[in-house]
Amino acid sequence: MAIELKDVSYVYGAGTPMEVRALDHVSLTIPDGQFIGLIGHTGSGKSTLIQHLNGLIKATEGDILYNGRSIYAEGFSMKELRSKVGLVFQYPEHQLFETDVFTDVCFGPKNLGLDKEEIQARAREALELVGMDASYDEASPFELSGGQKRRVAIAGVLAMKPEVLILDEPTAGLDPKGRDEILDQVALLHKERGNTVVLVSHSMEDVAKYVDRIIVMNHGRAVFDGTPKEVFRHYKELEQIGLAAPQVTYIVHRLKEQGFPIDGDITTVEEARRAILEGIRNRK
Amino acid sequence: MGIIKAIKLTYDYIKRDEEGNPDGVKRAVDHVDIDIEAGEFVAVLGHNGSGKSTLAKHMNALLLPTEGTIFIGEKDTSDEDNLWDVRKTAGMVFQNPDNQIIGTVVEEDVGFGPENIGVPTEEIWKRVDESLKAVGMTAYRYHSPNKLSGGQKQRVAIAGVMAMRPKCIVLDEPTAMLDPNGRKEVLRTVRELNRKEHITVVLITHYMEEVIEADRVFVMDDGRIVMEGTPQEVFGRTQEMKDYRLDVPQVTELSWELKQDGLPLSDGILTIDQFVDEIMELYNGGNGRGDAGAVEAPGMETAQR
Repeated sequence: MAIELKDVSYVYGAGTPMEVRALDHVSLTIPDGQFIGLIGHTGSGKSTLIQHLNGLIKATEGDILYNGRSIYAEGFSMKELRSKVGLVFQYPEHQLFETDVFTDVCFGPKNLGLDKEEIQARAREALELVGMDASYDEASPFELSGGQKRRVAIAGVLAMKPEVLILDEPTAGLDPKGRDEILDQVALLHKERGNTVVLVSHSMEDVAKYVDRIIVMNHGRAVFDGTPKEVFRHYKELEQIGLAAPQVTYIVHRLKEQGFPIDGDITTVEEARRAILEGIRNRK
Repeated sequence: MGIIKAIKLTYDYIKRDEEGNPDGVKRAVDHVDIDIEAGEFVAVLGHNGSGKSTLAKHMNALLLPTEGTIFIGEKDTSDEDNLWDVRKTAGMVFQNPDNQIIGTVVEEDVGFGPENIGVPTEEIWKRVDESLKAVGMTAYRYHSPNKLSGGQKQRVAIAGVMAMRPKCIVLDEPTAMLDPNGRKEVLRTVRELNRKEHITVVLITHYMEEVIEADRVFVMDDGRIVMEGTPQEVFGRTQEMKDYRLDVPQVTELSWELKQDGLPLSDGILTIDQFVDEIMELYNGGNGRGDAGAVEAPGMETAQR
């Protein structure tokens, strides 16, 4: 049970002067239940990659397997794939269109052809999952704050009960409070439902705090792939491609260079705190 | 009096029902006093809904105070006769670059403002040249704005404001919709305008890393200014910042946490250099001062006896 990319390439505008190779022979496996951070600059191919995962764009070369079956094989149901792999676009609140919150969240499951009771049960559950209680059900989506709108939009995808949830920069433009709320909800969802989550992000700090695995994209290739510790070990190479490790990783490396006994593989403030205290106490 | 001075500035939004009748009042800015000197780089930090954008809109008379007064270049914005002077003194840059660009070619867009106020053609071109140079976009002057990146578009928007020759630029979350590279570009541009052209800058943001280089930071919450000081002073009050659910740099947070654990570190450490120096001094405590040495000393004496 997994999504498997086999040597996938994608070329925009093939055969024209505007030809761009957005994905360049990418091979990777996304097993069930993993929480993955997908990182890279604008134009690195992150968005192109995730749009392949639910068949919104078709690979120019290579193959994608969903639970062992090629999604490009004849007879493979794209509709079913899209109900299993839920994609939350950037600024998803721009896609809210119904007159009230509850109806908007019902739209997805309604399109799956479910009966009315099931639709409503799913909408209610999805809204609860993103922390929007019933008092908002009848509100117009346009009366809500930016963070609330975004949570409603995410609920719209959750109501489809996807096995894999992909979020394209879900915190872009939100303030720190809104960002923490969304990421905490996603982390909770991952924990409680066991969903596979792919989080596209620009923030190394956020990614280091939440995910099991980081995939770094650059020029259409997956250049690093591993646990946050493994990936941030390459902080110097990350800098060369215009990315950076969390600030705390730099602090720890600087301390280490100066002779402080500390493990360089530290990616969160909490780890650094414990390690520094230990270093100082042992000294005493 | 500074270039921007607000005295007990208060603004109420009036909520209306479907028929347009008043239906409650929301106080967005609540008795705010500020005084910003010409040439300062000031940042206003706060959450969505904290009133920072409402405050910004008073700085070029897009909104007029419900109560209190705001002076821009010593002119009261509530007096209609001052409107043009106020807007000439303070230019504004908004969040979404796509909403601010109207020209089909970069240089035309930048020249739009001065043309509107009847600046002679030659002078317009001079201003366009200078403004594009100031934001580092001269190479793109004949480009179509819609082909530019978000950061480049924002720089064109800033050039458009610069062409009006304001003394002060108010930027309302200019980087919220940009990627990290675009954010860096815009910030670098704003800092240079402040340093080289001595433009007063008011930067409204919710990204803490953008305020670190400001001369002064105001933190807003619920329509009020709740904290004020240098970045070091403001971030040094880490617990308060956390209570407002604002970010502090990881190095500041780590120092603060370690301080809670009893390590004698300075307040408001903002740089990795300072942090590493202080930790290493504690660690190597023996040579000179530092408490690690002090702890050891009595032990040594006991051993000698």
